[in-house]
Amino acid sequence: MIAELGLAALWLAAALAALQLIAGFLSIRHPTGELAQLVRPAAIVQGVLCAFAFGVLLWLFAVTDLSVKLVATNSHSMKPMIFKLSGAWGNHEGSMLLWITVMAMAGGLIALVERRLPEKTMLATLGAQAFVGLGFYAFLLLSSNPFERLPMPATEGLGLNPLLQDIGLAFHPPTLYFGYVGLSVAFSFAVGAMLTRQVTPEFARAMRPWVLGAWVFLTVGITAGSYWAYYELGWGGWWFWDPVENASLMPWLAATALLHSASVLAARDALRAWTIMLGVIAFSMSMLGTFLVRSGILTSVHAFAVDPQRGSFILILLTIYIGGALALFALRAGSVAEGERFTTASREGALVFNNVMLCAILGVVLMGTLYPLVTEAFDVRVSVGPPYFNPVGAIFTFPMLAVMAVGPLLHWRRDKLARVRTPLILVGLVTLTVLVLVLALYDTGILPLLGLAFAAGLAIASFLPLRGRNLRLVPVATWGMVVAHFGIAVALFGMASETAFNKERLAAVQAGGTTDVGPWSVTLAGVEPVAGPNWTAIEARLLASYDGGEPIVLGPQARSFWAPIQETNESVLATRWNGQLYAVIGNQGEDGRWQLRLWWKPWVTLIWYGGLLVALGGTLALVGRVLEDLKRRRVRTRMAERRREARA
Amino acid sequence: MTALKAKHQRLILIVVALVALVGAGLLAAWALRSQANYFYLPGQMVSDPPEVGQAVRLGGMVEQGSIKTLPDGVTVAFRVTDQDAAMVPVRFTGILPDLFVEGSGVVAEGKLGPDGVFIADNLLAKHDENYVPRELQEMSQHQQAALIQETAE
Repeated sequence: MIAELGLAALWLAAALAALQLIAGFLSIRHPTGELAQLVRPAAIVQGVLCAFAFGVLLWLFAVTDLSVKLVATNSHSMKPMIFKLSGAWGNHEGSMLLWITVMAMAGGLIALVERRLPEKTMLATLGAQAFVGLGFYAFLLLSSNPFERLPMPATEGLGLNPLLQDIGLAFHPPTLYFGYVGLSVAFSFAVGAMLTRQVTPEFARAMRPWVLGAWVFLTVGITAGSYWAYYELGWGGWWFWDPVENASLMPWLAATALLHSASVLAARDALRAWTIMLGVIAFSMSMLGTFLVRSGILTSVHAFAVDPQRGSFILILLTIYIGGALALFALRAGSVAEGERFTTASREGALVFNNVMLCAILGVVLMGTLYPLVTEAFDVRVSVGPPYFNPVGAIFTFPMLAVMAVGPLLHWRRDKLARVRTPLILVGLVTLTVLVLVLALYDTGILPLLGLAFAAGLAIASFLPLRGRNLRLVPVATWGMVVAHFGIAVALFGMASETAFNKERLAAVQAGGTTDVGPWSVTLAGVEPVAGPNWTAIEARLLASYDGGEPIVLGPQARSFWAPIQETNESVLATRWNGQLYAVIGNQGEDGRWQLRLWWKPWVTLIWYGGLLVALGGTLALVGRVLEDLKRRRVRTRMAERRREARA
Repeated sequence: MTALKAKHQRLILIVVALVALVGAGLLAAWALRSQANYFYLPGQMVSDPPEVGQAVRLGGMVEQGSIKTLPDGVTVAFRVTDQDAAMVPVRFTGILPDLFVEGSGVVAEGKLGPDGVFIADNLLAKHDENYVPRELQEMSQHQQAALIQETAE
């Protein structure tokens, strides 16, 4: 009965979306008409209904209702509660329901709070939001109903893929989805503004928090995903240029560009058409990412839910939305009025350069991801990997990092590079010193070498915008920029350092034997069987000592799950301030020796700390912008009051 | 620059952006063309081997009875086949993926050594019971059947 309530709520929400679409678009010309009054309430109620439906699904998973097909195929009564709940979105149907829920709730939130835009642009935006939403309702209700019943209740569930039974991964997909869906809101704003031809700084200010929010979630999602792959897969790598990873990186790149161009539009009323275009591209990339992940069209080590029929459904949606938006753009771009002008050496100039570089990197990743698909159509199988992505991406990344160091120091509109010569020389010297030092002391590849040098330079440069200012008076949003840019430097340093200084040792060790890696010496004290709630394992007892110091105990495991039957490697990480020791236990040889794989990865943790700093920067910027908007709103109300008093 | 009309500036922006993006596209296309021979089946590797030391992937089936652990306890030697005639010896130093077994599909990342032995740095076996490297679908029918049967188990 409860499952049917959830399904009914979804159908009702879909009907409201249809109403919102029709009422929204019909009333663009008459924004004060009766029909227009329906749009905002429709959006709000739709959000509530979806939240209810998702709550129902969570409930079904919590009580392990085995008469529901989705629960029976993805859960098991013996599973810990947290993974029962995360099982609700750890599958195709549930994650699509989560997607539509977040989207509907975002639509409801816009309807509830957004009052800055002209009403007709708002109506067009909500109409567009409903249009996008309807496609996903159709997808969910027609081809992937999460509430489908089994003809006969199952006696026991099939369980959740053990690789997904990890607390990090449980929250990884929702985080990415919040990002993807945030970009769908930006897309709706862009379509709305195109329909009513009102691409203004006000529009950019209304859209910006959504882009910022989406961007923060994407950043956290990518960072968490990278860390998950690093410790859970037991391969010791943090980025594989896997199509699924690229699927989340591409929207991030587009959102980063959009974020910066929206800032130019909000502050300086320039880059109007460009911002709209990026709004369309950013959401296209999240749709494309969903398509790649869901369709199984590409090989991936972690594509979980694959189904060609669903792939074609998403492909159709992709064509309608992106094709439609691009056609609209082609029709309307000419009529988007001129923005303000600026010179090459200005804040805008630097941002345009970085925007173009980001798009170039996006293009490089996109081509590398899709290339195997194209060649496959001609019966040639190709895999594209790091030998392509790393150097080709770097060609555009390093110039971008250089301009990123300069841009925030420049004035809007017009500036002279001579004015910022002194700080730039300082940054250049730091970069050069690190370059020479690393070159003299270590034998590394060209990319890690450049990475270390640029990271050092950018780390200094990111704090330069604060120079000579009263720190308490610096706006929160500026702090956000400083922190985010510094985070990029930190992450880059971690990546370059891990690549340059990584030490690996693979050894076959008798119980009691010792091996070493970098400054660590590791003794295998013994191997014991252990058991968990739904797995058994063998666990090694390792005594690891850093540079002759007091040893710490580590217990890497090789686990066997029984529902479903699968083996996983639980690596262990010993984290120090200057890096991580990474240990994996392998098989036992015929002679009784155990395989041990050890890595010493100096400063590897900076990769994810950097990512979190970037997300923190984005959060600060978001908070800063919202505070600014509130202040602006207060000022406007006060002025309106004064005017009214003066009249009276 | 300030003397330029707004329209001109916009045009210049568009041209510069286009040049950069087309440049990126051409560069990517050029780099991808050289990747075209990144993935090898054993037959291709025997008849038209990649340059020694070039990073490539080799995909195929692990030959029955060919897995041997060398005396150091961490290096594994095995043979990868696609057709019965074509076979490439592979050496891998590392911890074998959980689902790496004889008769199963595998993608080995690494380089061809001067002695004709493929030195793998990384093995991609089936990731879980549902995952088969897509590259392997080009293999002969009976091996595909074997693979399907094995995945279905």
